Amino acid sequence: MTNVLVTQEKPVAEMLRRAGQARFDAVGYPGPKDEDWRFTPVQPIAQTEWCAAPAPGDDRGATPQPTAEELAAFEFGHPDWHTLVFVDGAFSETLSSALDALPEGVVVASLADALGRDGHPAGAALEAHLGRHATVETTPFAALNAARFGDGAVVLVPAGVELERAVHLVCVTTAAAAGAAVHTRNLLVVGRAARASVVESYVTLAPEARSFTNVVTEVVVEAGAWLEHTRLQREGEAAYHVGLTYADQARDSHYRHFSLQMGAAMGRHDHQVRLNDENIESLMYGLYLTRGEQVVDNHTAIFHDQPNCRSWEVYKGILEGRSRAVFNGKVFVQPAAQKTDAKQTNRNLLLSDGARVDTKPQLEIFADDVKCTHGATVGRLDQTALFYARSRGVPAAEAQRLLTYAFAAEVVEEVALEPVRAQLNRLVLGRLYGEA
Amino acid sequence: MLEIRDLRATAGDKEILKGISLTVNAGEVHAIMGPNGSGKSTLAQVLAGHPAYEVTGGSVTLDGRDLLDMEPEERAQAGVFLAFQYPVEIPGVSNAYFLRAAYNEVRKARGQEELDPMDFMDLLEEKLKVVEWGPDIMSRAVNSGFSGGEKKRNEILQMAVLEPQLAILDETDSGLDIDALRIVAAGVNKLRRADRATIVVTHYQRLLNYIVPDFVHVLAGGRIVKSGGKELALQLEAKGYEGIEEAAGAAGAVA
Repeated sequence: MTNVLVTQEKPVAEMLRRAGQARFDAVGYPGPKDEDWRFTPVQPIAQTEWCAAPAPGDDRGATPQPTAEELAAFEFGHPDWHTLVFVDGAFSETLSSALDALPEGVVVASLADALGRDGHPAGAALEAHLGRHATVETTPFAALNAARFGDGAVVLVPAGVELERAVHLVCVTTAAAAGAAVHTRNLLVVGRAARASVVESYVTLAPEARSFTNVVTEVVVEAGAWLEHTRLQREGEAAYHVGLTYADQARDSHYRHFSLQMGAAMGRHDHQVRLNDENIESLMYGLYLTRGEQVVDNHTAIFHDQPNCRSWEVYKGILEGRSRAVFNGKVFVQPAAQKTDAKQTNRNLLLSDGARVDTKPQLEIFADDVKCTHGATVGRLDQTALFYARSRGVPAAEAQRLLTYAFAAEVVEEVALEPVRAQLNRLVLGRLYGEA
Repeated sequence: MLEIRDLRATAGDKEILKGISLTVNAGEVHAIMGPNGSGKSTLAQVLAGHPAYEVTGGSVTLDGRDLLDMEPEERAQAGVFLAFQYPVEIPGVSNAYFLRAAYNEVRKARGQEELDPMDFMDLLEEKLKVVEWGPDIMSRAVNSGFSGGEKKRNEILQMAVLEPQLAILDETDSGLDIDALRIVAAGVNKLRRADRATIVVTHYQRLLNYIVPDFVHVLAGGRIVKSGGKELALQLEAKGYEGIEEAAGAAGAVA
């Protein structure tokens, strides 16, 4: 696959591509013998000859660029948010919005543009961070992404800036992405004592298209910064989605993440968070809704390297049909990381006989003065709770939906950004009432 | 109003109700007392249709309608209300939404029109007074993070809204401090009506100081072993359940 921008790219990108290609040549796609991919059906991705998605300026043939109206459904009622739109991986300036309304020093821009232009305000940050957090060794797909990434977002919030409006990255696939691989790479840097909300949406206008999206998002939360990072995976159910999010946190920082996975034939998200200094808080919430033959896989890893930090993780799943979910949650507590407070919970609700969950908490604790707990459950709706709702006159099917909604609400409620929370509630209800 | 005839029920393969007969007329309050494991909570739950129990014999009718043939929601729509001993938490679903959903289901079943949210809030304003509550409680998720007392008050609020024909209070006094007990009991008393039958299930006589029953029945070993007026509760308070259990054992031997 060629990329028109390669020859003009900054050295940091060239080096990353070379390292990515070398690494991927060495390791290739993971297989069922790789412990971290044991339950993840990678073969459909590995065995497909993916083509390139249409580049900007290409003749898009029968699938023209989507209209702003078509994308309105994805914007949470907030066209005023700083929104970057990528269509089949390519940045669309015309569909993006509120990029001229950024506070002084804030960058919300196309990564390809930033890498291809001398004197871009993100230049120094790219030199410092690109490929340095999610390295090519992190996962085989991260290596593949490094070799082939097309575009993505670079978001910089300088020290002390409290971003009033959210930043929204909309990665939308169209029918033109059928048979194509889209490698997207994002970099988010929130400076000292800065504050921001960033939402990544992976959505589709072609629910039947068999496409492959491979994302790497690097996140840097500097000292005293506050970042809410929400990631919504709503691909079409014939698509494949693999993503790696890697967050590095500095002293006194607060990072809260919410991850939704409800799309894709196979959706895998790896989320790794490294707590590099003291007094850091990391909150990770996840929700997955699966049906049919979907497979959704969440792998999380939290690295407690330093003392006096807190991580709190709750992932919940609601499974229907013959779908499958995988959860693997690693928590590493290094010898220096005394007074660590880490709690991990994974709860799964099976709504059908054919659904299956593989859940594996994995705590490796090398410090002695810590509070670390984990728990995983797989089960059905509580019969007493169902009886409670029915005994108030609510019919059985409605009582089941009500309690399923309540099960999801426990994590959805943790999303601080109200319009996103409201949209998540609508998505859960839509799924419960059998809408697409 | 409520006719229970020789009711038998099992949980798994264990028979818990071993032939209970009881008539509760409109306007009456009946207290069901008994030691732990006597079956009194089971009786309450069987009347409301808890799926964990299987009815193996007997009949239950409410105004001539066969309750045992109905699903739990149908019983609620027919006018049965059970105030739970352990009310269930439903995070993410507001008290207002849940109550209106329940209220409208009951109205629909009775061929009445559903109330929109505004009209329902007007109705609620009146009902909240029954449990001495302000409107804030309605935006909180159902029982989620409620104290023990708040949960029980919420049960009585639901009862006030749903206006049942038959109200069954299952250990409503358990886990309540004296102030909460007073409010809950006062709520129940406000809801006493000539066309409503009430069953109060309790282990202790304390609640009956506040909700004065017309009749007291003592359950032991899955049977009613003694019935009387409100003075029976005072006797039990003084002497405990020991003599009663012996009587139950003797009755079992005869049967």
